[in-house]
Amino acid sequence: MHVATFTPRHATRSLASPALLKWGLIATALGFLGVFLFVPLIAVFSYAFQKGADAWFAAIRTPESLAAIRLTLTAALISVPINLVFGLAASWLIARFQFPGRALLLTLIDLPFSISPVIAGLLFVLLFGRHGGLGPWLIEHGHPVLFAVPGIVLATLFVTFPFVAREVLPVLQAQGCDEEEAALTLGASGWRTFLQVTVPKVKWGVLYGVILCNARAMGEFGAVSVVSGHVRGVTTTLPLHAEILYNEYDFVGAFAVASLLTLLALATLVIKKYVEWRADAP
Amino acid sequence: MSVIVEHLTKHFTRSHLPAVADVSFRAPTGAITSLLGPSGAGKSTLLRLIAGLEIADAGAIHIDGVDCTGLPAQQRGVGVVFQSYALFRHMTVRQNIAFGLELRRIPRAQVATRVEEMLSLVQLDDLGERLPGQLSGGQRQRVAFARALAIQPRLLLLDEPFGALDTRVRVELREWLHALHVRTGITTLLVTHDQEEALEISQHVVVMSGGQVAQAGPPEDIYDRPTTPFVASFVGGTSILRGRVREGRAEMGSLVVSAPEAAREGEPVHAFVRPHDIKLARTPVGLGHPEGASRVQRLKPVGGYVKVLLRLPTGDELAVEVPRSEFEALGVVEGDSVLADVRSARVFVGDYAI
Repeated sequence: MHVATFTPRHATRSLASPALLKWGLIATALGFLGVFLFVPLIAVFSYAFQKGADAWFAAIRTPESLAAIRLTLTAALISVPINLVFGLAASWLIARFQFPGRALLLTLIDLPFSISPVIAGLLFVLLFGRHGGLGPWLIEHGHPVLFAVPGIVLATLFVTFPFVAREVLPVLQAQGCDEEEAALTLGASGWRTFLQVTVPKVKWGVLYGVILCNARAMGEFGAVSVVSGHVRGVTTTLPLHAEILYNEYDFVGAFAVASLLTLLALATLVIKKYVEWRADAP
Repeated sequence: MSVIVEHLTKHFTRSHLPAVADVSFRAPTGAITSLLGPSGAGKSTLLRLIAGLEIADAGAIHIDGVDCTGLPAQQRGVGVVFQSYALFRHMTVRQNIAFGLELRRIPRAQVATRVEEMLSLVQLDDLGERLPGQLSGGQRQRVAFARALAIQPRLLLLDEPFGALDTRVRVELREWLHALHVRTGITTLLVTHDQEEALEISQHVVVMSGGQVAQAGPPEDIYDRPTTPFVASFVGGTSILRGRVREGRAEMGSLVVSAPEAAREGEPVHAFVRPHDIKLARTPVGLGHPEGASRVQRLKPVGGYVKVLLRLPTGDELAVEVPRSEFEALGVVEGDSVLADVRSARVFVGDYAI
C-alpha cells in the first residue's frame, strides 16, 4: 500500500536529523530576530547616546520634545479609558446577546486592523477639514478638530478601538455565562453581577487589551500624521516629533525621542509578559 | 402544592418546534420531584423557566402560591445547582457560599455563622479557604449545593447535578443528596436523564418527551404502570415484542398475556417486557429445539445477576436478567434452547414505531 511504503522512510529520515532540524530552525529564528529587532534596537540607542547622556537629556528637554511627550500622554490618557469602556461593552454585547447586525458589528470592530491608518486619517480630514462636512461649522465656533489636539485624539481613538474588545471577547466566549446566571439566581442585580462576577473573570484579558491599546496609542504614526498638520510643539506627538527631527538632520534628537518610544515598547513587553504569567496562574 | 406549572410554552426560534410545549405539572411540597427524559426533551428548559433564566411565551408558574411567571430570577427565591457547578472561580469556597447572603444585607457575623453551617452540612468544613479550581468534581458540586441552600430558598432546582461525575461518585452523591433532603426537607426539582437516579431518590416523577409531559406520578406508577409506549420503553430497560390479539389475549409467538380491554380481535399489539419479569426453564432433554423455544444468543454475567439475550421464534429479541444462583441452577450455555415465560408485560394496541 501507498501509505505503508512511505511511512517508514519518512519516519527514519525525520528521526535521523532532529538535532539538525532543531538547530536550523533556531538559527533561522534568531537570525531573523537579530536583523529585524536586535540590530535596530542597538542602533536606536547607540545613535541616541552617540554624543553622550547630556546630549540625550538636552534633546529630550527641548520645549518641543516636552510638548510632544505631553500630547502623546494626553492622547493615550483619553483614548485608552474610552476604548476600555467601548471594548468591554462591545465584547459583552457580542458574547451574550443575539441580535440583528451582530456579525456586522464584529466585522466593524476589526476595521482599524484592516484599513490603512493613513486612510483613517484622511476620513477625518474629509469630515473635519475646511471643506469637509462638519469642519466649517466647528471652525466657525472656535473648535477646530483638524490640525489640533481633538483631531489627534480622534485618530488615536479610531486606530486603537479594537484592542480591548478583541482581547476580552474570546475570554467571555470561552467561559460561558453559567456563573452570571448563578449570581442572578442568588439575587444579584445585573450591574452587581457584572462587577463581581464578570469583571474578575475577564480582568487579565482587559489588562492585556489595555496594554496593547496604550502601546499603539502612543506609537501611532500614520493616522495621526495626516490629521496633525505638524504644528511644532502643538500638534506633534512623539513619533511625529522624531520624524521632524530626523528630516532636519538632528539625528541625536530624533534617536533620543525614538529611544523613548523604544523604552515604552520594552516596558510594554515586560508588563505584557507579567500579565500573561499572572493570568495563567490558578 | 409547592410548585404549580400550568400550560407553560417556550419557543426558541419561530420556525422550530417548541422546546417546552403546553407543560402542566405539580411538584409536592417537601418532596424531590424528578423531571426525567432523554436529552432534548425540554426538561432543562423547563427548569430554567422556573428559575427565571428564560422567559416563557405562555403559561404560568406558581411557587408556594405566588405567581412567579413575570418575576425576575433575583426575586424568585429559588436556589439553582448547575450541571457545570458555575462556582465563582475567583472566590474561595466561603466567599462563594456567602455571596447570596451578603446581597441580602445580613450582618457580617450572621453571614459567617451561616457559611460555617453550610460548610458542615455539605461536609466541607476544612476546605472553606480553597478556590474552586483546587477541589474535586464531587467537592465542587457540594459547594454549589451549599451556595444554593445558604439563601434558604423556597425551592431547590438541580440541573443534572451529578451528570459530569463518574459513576462511583454519582452513586455516593445520590445517597448524600437523599440524606441532605431528609435533613432540610426543601422542595426540590431534579432534572435527570438517569432513570435509576429519578426512581431512587424522588417521591414524584415527571417523565418528559418532545417538550411535553408523557406521564407524572410516584416512581412505582411510572415503573409498574406506564401509560404510554414512550414511558414503557424509556423506563426500565425493556424489550419490545410484537404480536396480535387472539381470543381476547395478546399473543406474541409462544408468549401470551392478557390484552388491553379496548383491543379487538386480530389487531396488532406490542408489549414491553422488563428483563426481570421473565422466567426461564430448560427444554426437556432430547427434544432438540422444540417449537416455541427460544435460543440463548448471549450470556453476560454482571455482578449479582446474568444478562441473557434470547432470540424468540418470532424473531424478536428478549433481554432477560436472571439472578446468579438461579442461573447456576438452570445451567444453560450460549446456543441452548430455553422456554421463556413472561410474568407480566405492558401491552399497547397498534404497531410499535419509534
